[in-house]
Amino acid sequence: MLTCKQFLQELSEYFEESVDPAVRAEIERHVNECPNCWVVCDTTRRTLKVFKGMECHAVPEAVQRKLLAALEKAIAEKKGFDSPQRVDH
Amino acid sequence: MSSSITIAPPFDEAELVAKAKAGDHVAFSELVEHYERRVFRMAKQITQNEEDAEDVLQETFLKAYSHLEDFQGNSKFYTWLVRIAVNEALMKLRKRRSDKTVPLDDPIDTGEDVVVREIAVWEDDPEQRYSREELGGILDDAIQGLKPAYRTVFVLRDIEELSIEETAEALGLSISAVKSRLLRARLQLREKLTRLFKRKGNDALAYL
Repeated sequence: MLTCKQFLQELSEYFEESVDPAVRAEIERHVNECPNCWVVCDTTRRTLKVFKGMECHAVPEAVQRKLLAALEKAIAEKKGFDSPQRVDH
Repeated sequence: MSSSITIAPPFDEAELVAKAKAGDHVAFSELVEHYERRVFRMAKQITQNEEDAEDVLQETFLKAYSHLEDFQGNSKFYTWLVRIAVNEALMKLRKRRSDKTVPLDDPIDTGEDVVVREIAVWEDDPEQRYSREELGGILDDAIQGLKPAYRTVFVLRDIEELSIEETAEALGLSISAVKSRLLRARLQLREKLTRLFKRKGNDALAYL
């Protein structure tokens, strides 16, 4: 069986979808027998869940205005650069 | 053509990118509109500075616009965007440091920061005790407390949900470095949240 230290080293891997089934089984066996590590595993899982559910606020309007102005300027410059040279007669 | 009901078309990243590459500015604006929130949030989380995050946001989309032709479609557009944003954010972070040495390079791995101090079960729905603003503040503070090297990996992998491989690529790190930093970041955040969210009183050790 894994030691608590080994469990901790593998814990992060446990939350990856790509986790090796053998590693997953080892972790599950350990937490079923070690109440402290069960708590650590459960609270880590919940920590990740809380952060994944973090809200993503809208960009403040003033910041967005500046961004759009900068982009418009870049687009205008590119357009000017791309368009054929004016020929004066 | 007029209609009082407008249904937003589904967001098709590949199509918008193709149009934008062909010079369609509206398509590029739609990409900006779709991703600006996430780029801005990521920039704030990495730089921990509002003003820097504004610059990062702007620089990211300006660079994306001017280098659009270089985007080959080998990765998702968003991953490409994140790579640009991360580089801009890390540059800001380095500039802010007076000694110019942000420890983004390998922290010395003594194994000492793989720690668990708080072992306590959480309340059933601890998030419910806080308003959305309060909870947002708690999470922001927790992230802020991480070293930049850990913070950056955590933000990309666990908040922006890039894969381990994409995170490694975006940061120029090995897969094993990403994993090791992720473990430390996750455990440190777990520690902080447990202090706030643990079950109080007699129930605290009920799991034993």
